[in-house]
Amino acid sequence: MVKLAEWRGKQLFRKYDVPLPRGAVARSADEAAGLVGSGKVPLPCVIKAQVLAGGRGKGGAVKFASTPEEVRTAASSILGLEFKGEKVREILLEEKLPIARELYVSFTLDRAARDPILIASARGGVEIESVDDREIDRQLIDPFAGLTGYEKRRAAKVLGITGNAAKSLDRLLDALWKVFALEDAELVEINPLAVVGDRLVALDAKVIIEDDASFRHPEYAEIRDDRTPLEEIAREKQIAFVQLDGNIGVIANGAGLTMATLDVLKEFGGNPGVFLDLGGTDDPAKVAEAFLLMAQAKPKAVFLNIFGGVTKCDTVARGLVEAMGQVPPHERFPLVARIRGNHETEGIAILRAAGITSVPSLKESAQAVVAATGGRA
Amino acid sequence: MSVLVDHQTRVVVQGITGHQGTTHTRQMKEFGTQVVAGVTPGKAGATVEGVPVFDSVRDAVERTGANASCIFVPAPGAKDALIEAVDAGIRLCTIVTEHVPFHDMLVMYHYAKSRGARIIGPNCPGIAAPGKAKVGIIPNVVFRPGRVGVISRSGTLTYEIVNGITEHGLGESTCIGLGGDPVVGTTFLDALPMFETDHDTDLLVMVGEIGGTAEEDAAEYIGKHFSKPVVAYIAGRAAPEGKRMGHAGAIISRGKGTAATKVAALEAAGVTVARFPYDVAELVAAKLAKASQR
Repeated sequence: MVKLAEWRGKQLFRKYDVPLPRGAVARSADEAAGLVGSGKVPLPCVIKAQVLAGGRGKGGAVKFASTPEEVRTAASSILGLEFKGEKVREILLEEKLPIARELYVSFTLDRAARDPILIASARGGVEIESVDDREIDRQLIDPFAGLTGYEKRRAAKVLGITGNAAKSLDRLLDALWKVFALEDAELVEINPLAVVGDRLVALDAKVIIEDDASFRHPEYAEIRDDRTPLEEIAREKQIAFVQLDGNIGVIANGAGLTMATLDVLKEFGGNPGVFLDLGGTDDPAKVAEAFLLMAQAKPKAVFLNIFGGVTKCDTVARGLVEAMGQVPPHERFPLVARIRGNHETEGIAILRAAGITSVPSLKESAQAVVAATGGRA
Repeated sequence: MSVLVDHQTRVVVQGITGHQGTTHTRQMKEFGTQVVAGVTPGKAGATVEGVPVFDSVRDAVERTGANASCIFVPAPGAKDALIEAVDAGIRLCTIVTEHVPFHDMLVMYHYAKSRGARIIGPNCPGIAAPGKAKVGIIPNVVFRPGRVGVISRSGTLTYEIVNGITEHGLGESTCIGLGGDPVVGTTFLDALPMFETDHDTDLLVMVGEIGGTAEEDAAEYIGKHFSKPVVAYIAGRAAPEGKRMGHAGAIISRGKGTAATKVAALEAAGVTVARFPYDVAELVAAKLAKASQR
């Protein structure tokens, strides 16, 4: 899941000819002033923080400016912001347009129907979740046939646009569909889509690219997302690793089992801090690598819950013991292990030799790890 | 009878010469499955675990009468592998491969459906009917033939829960791991009617997780059309919004797909939802005992 900042999304829109306001990106107040000075961005203009979180308008991360001085002031105030935990590094400057109406369009995946879906609403400019369901139109798109003419005509009707604007919509939806299909997107959203005279302009761009298609799209690999630095390292190492609010590190194999382990800990008053899904592996080095990554997250205690299938218990035990030896003594933490399944006896023996006891019951092992963090147990 | 696989199932393994393909061919055979062919382009004439290897699925079908495929081909080639199997006349394709782009899977799903073929997966552990056949990678040791059906979106958690059922002295009719991706060939809703009509299944265990509406859709069907008792477990109650919890499909997005809404929908449909994974076996046993008294 690669969430693109607005300016990157718009770069992609430009490639496919989705109509956009005139604009440019700046990384300093000087650069921003230069963009309006050279006429590259006409005045008056809007200046927007390039962060991934929503609600920028209300949060002071969007400002308007009519003179080069105002641009400089607005730019430096926004560039200094930390918006919902995200430091503002880039700002997007765009011409301010005379907007008649604000609309909404997006393509995304309908999981239940197993089809792409075109969502349109005449109520743009607000979060789509807050719009009454009766004012939202949904059309499933056949992945083989692609977007067809009648579907675009229905969208125009729903959005209440005719004439030249409808022609503009026809081209825009074709372009947006191409972004969705050809760039392997999970979501392409324009909100608001502005009616300006008799044409349409994408004022915002929200694009999420699917990770699994990275073999087709290596260009997205280097984009920093809203992942934490450790999540970023984990992603490079292809380890499923999610940082949470708590202090217990959970290492399990398989997403379902890892989630269930988190749930059980929480039920017993524990507070999970890291979700680490080892996946299927029979390489002790990979287990050690995952464990050392966990150690970097500085958990108060770690719970290892393995059900051996493809992943053998002795492989995990070997990797774990090797990694434990590499953690400096003052950074060590209590470890509670529960390993069951394929090669269970061998795995338990390896752990025991290293002074780690495997507790067979999930309930008891979960309670033990919660107790180790000083929580309720 | 069982669901989808039985003694007549003849498996072709696509990607048999890879590490996973070879390992699981051996384990499928140990389970008693008839693995009749393997396919790796350019490796025709070889044998893997005593199984003949062919260059194409068509060759494999013509020479061995294979009627089910198990796909281990890496993600960039998964779409091709599926289309090749369907074109060769295979009507049951289990895709173990992880990280298949969902845009590919949309095409694969509709391609298979329009030709009357069923996909299990991708990113799934496959199907097992103890005493009959297994197509996929679920560990053999967790099973014992019995009358509990199992459908699940997860892998290891399924093994853990099935193992619990078996250790409780019960056994399984058919277990299907549907896969953890946002787009899967077979959903809970698709699988439920098969278990409803399966004479070997007395009770169904459903293992769901956060993300999407598959559990809610299943609950609606169960409430209206499913006559057998159902015990469920939903993983991900402690998961935060907007984070992918290991599975591509396990994500709460824009407030949708939480464990709470799934549990509520299932309970409203009369399903017993276990609070802990280790409670499932106990609940199953209690329900079966109650059903047999009637």
